[in-house]
Amino acid sequence: MIQMNDVHFAVKGKALLSNVNFHAKPGEFWAVIGANGAGKSTLMKLLSKEYAPTSGSITFRGKDLKKYKLKELAQERAVLAQQNLITLSFTVLEIVLMGRYPFYDTQPTQRDLEIVDLCLKKIGIADLKNRLFPTLSGGEQQRVQVARTLAQIWEIKEGLILLDEPTTGMDLLHQYETFQLAKEMTERGFGVVAVVHDLNLALQYADKVLMMKSGEAYANGSPEVVLTEENIKAAFGLAVRIIHHDHTQFPIIVPDLAPVQV
Amino acid sequence: MQAHTLHKPVKTHASPEVPAKKAVSVFWLGSLLGLILLGCAIFSACVGALSISVPELLQIIAFKSGLTDVARFEEQKALVFWIIRLPRVCLAVLVGAGLGIAGASLQGLFRNPIADSGLIGVTSGASLFAVIIIMLNAKYFGIISEIGGAYTLSFASFAGAALTTLLVYQLSKITGTGGMTTILLCGIAINAFVGAMTGLMTYLASDEQLRTITFWNLGSLGGANWTSVIAVAPFVLCSVIFMPYLSKSLNLLILGESQAAALGVNMTTLKRQVIVLATMGVGASVAVAGTIGFVGLVVPHIIRTAFGPDHKMLLVGSAFGGAIVLTLADTISRTIVAPSELPIGILTAMLGTPFFLYILWDQKRRKV
Repeated sequence: MIQMNDVHFAVKGKALLSNVNFHAKPGEFWAVIGANGAGKSTLMKLLSKEYAPTSGSITFRGKDLKKYKLKELAQERAVLAQQNLITLSFTVLEIVLMGRYPFYDTQPTQRDLEIVDLCLKKIGIADLKNRLFPTLSGGEQQRVQVARTLAQIWEIKEGLILLDEPTTGMDLLHQYETFQLAKEMTERGFGVVAVVHDLNLALQYADKVLMMKSGEAYANGSPEVVLTEENIKAAFGLAVRIIHHDHTQFPIIVPDLAPVQV
Repeated sequence: MQAHTLHKPVKTHASPEVPAKKAVSVFWLGSLLGLILLGCAIFSACVGALSISVPELLQIIAFKSGLTDVARFEEQKALVFWIIRLPRVCLAVLVGAGLGIAGASLQGLFRNPIADSGLIGVTSGASLFAVIIIMLNAKYFGIISEIGGAYTLSFASFAGAALTTLLVYQLSKITGTGGMTTILLCGIAINAFVGAMTGLMTYLASDEQLRTITFWNLGSLGGANWTSVIAVAPFVLCSVIFMPYLSKSLNLLILGESQAAALGVNMTTLKRQVIVLATMGVGASVAVAGTIGFVGLVVPHIIRTAFGPDHKMLLVGSAFGGAIVLTLADTISRTIVAPSELPIGILTAMLGTPFFLYILWDQKRRKV
C-alpha cells in the first residue's frame, strides 16, 4: 500500500531521517514508536507528502507519491496531525463535514451528510455535534478530529489512515476505543500507520511495529519481535520488564525502576 | 435579532438536512443584506445638500427609463441624482464591498482575526505611489497624463498596491518558506520601509501638496463620477464574484496549513488567488477613494459574530456588510459638516473603534 525505499530526509544538510525502509500493506496496523525527536512526526509528514524525501522514494499504491496531486491524495488517504488548534467557533458538525470537502463541490450530498452522522455516532460524539469546537475539552476536540479523519476515509476501498498521536488528551476509555476503531478499520482492508506513545497499546493492537531511534529505523516487524526488553532499553533509554500475566491475553510492559527514595 | 432567527435552523435541526438549510440561509443572508443595502443606497441618494424625496427619486428613475413621459420633478434634482449622487453611491457600494471581502478573505488566509489588507502592503504601497504623483504634480509625466488624465493618481496607486504586495510575497519566498508568518513579517518590514518613504515625501512636500496628501490619506469618495465607477467596477466585481469559490479552502485552512493540504488544498495556489483577488479589490478602491481604514477589519468581525465563521457566509456577508457600512458612512461624511465634507476615513475609524471594542467584549461575554 505505502512503501518507503531507502528514504533520507535532510534539512540544510542535517539529516532528520536516514535509511528508512518499510512497507505497510492493506489491512495492517503499523505503530511507529520511539523517543521524542526520534523522527516519528517527520516520518508521518513524509508519508502524507507534506515533506518530500531528499533521496529515496515513497510509493503509494505502486505509484510514486510525488506524482500524486494533493486533490487525488485527499480522496485516498486521511491524515490526523499532532497539533490541531482551532480558535474560530465552528460547530463540531461543521468540522467533521470538512472531512467530506474533497468529495463534493459546493453542496454536500445526502451521502456526505449520512457519513458525517455515522462517523459522529461511531466516535460517540453525536450529542456534541452542535457544540462549538473551541468550547470542548482537549480530549473531546481530539475525538472530533478523529471523526473528521474517519469521515474523509470512510467510503474509500483500502484507504490509508495516517495518525500522529491520535489519542492525545483522551481518557482511558476513549484511548482504547480509538485503537479498537483503528483495528476495526484494518479489518475492513484499510492501512493504518499511527505514532503511538503507549507501548502497551502498541503491543496489544499493532500488527507491525516500526521502532525509530535518532532518525533511523531501529527495528521493524511484529510487536513481539520488536518490543523486547533490549530494544526498548536501546530506543528509549529506559529499562523495562515484560511480564506475562495469566489473566491478560497480552504481555505487559512495565518500567524496571527502583522505587523513589525520599 | 435577524442573526438569531437565521442561525436557529442550524442549531436546532440535528438531522442531515442541516447544510441544505444552510444553503438556503446563504441565500437568505444575501437577500436580507441586499435589501438593507438597497435601503441604504436609496437613503444615501436622497439625503444631501439638495434633498430628494423618495417619490421624486422614483419619478426621476421612471422618467429616465421611459416608463413615464411626464417629468414631475425639478430638472436640477434629476441632474444631481444622475451626475452626483448615483455615481457616488455606486462607488461607495463598490469600494465597501471590495474592502469588506478582502478583509474577510485575508483574515481567513492568515488565520488571524486582525489581518487586513494593510498588512500585506496594499494600502501603504498605494499611498506611496499616490504621494509621489502628488509631489511630482503629474505634470512631468506628460505621456501618462495624456492617457490617464485626471486618473494618473488612480493608476499610480493601483500600480503601487500591486507592486508592494508582489514584493512582500516574493520576499517571503526568498527569506522564508513562504509560510503565513513570513508573509506577515515581510509585510510589516515593507510597510515600515514604504511608510518611511512616504514620510520622506511628506517632509519634502509644500504646504499645498501636504494638504492634498493628508486628504488623500484620510480617504474620500468626493471624486466620484461615472468614469471612476467604471474604472473600479471590474476589479471589485472580479474579487466579489470569484472569492466565494475559495470559501471551502479557507474553511479547511482553519485546521492548519498541513491539515488543509492533507484535505487537498494547494496552499501556494490558494495564497496567490486570495492575495491577487484581495489586491485587485482593495488596490482599485484605494486608487479612487484614498485609504479608508477599519472597514476591512471590523465588517468581517460583525458578520462572523452574527452568522458564524463559515467562509461561505462570511465572504458574501462581508461584501454586503462593507457596502452597507461605507454607503452610510459616506452619507454621514458629506452631510455632517455640510456644505464641507469630512474625510470618510476619520468617520470609519471613529465609529469603528467603539463598535469593534463592543464586539470583543461581547465575544468574551458569550464564552463565559
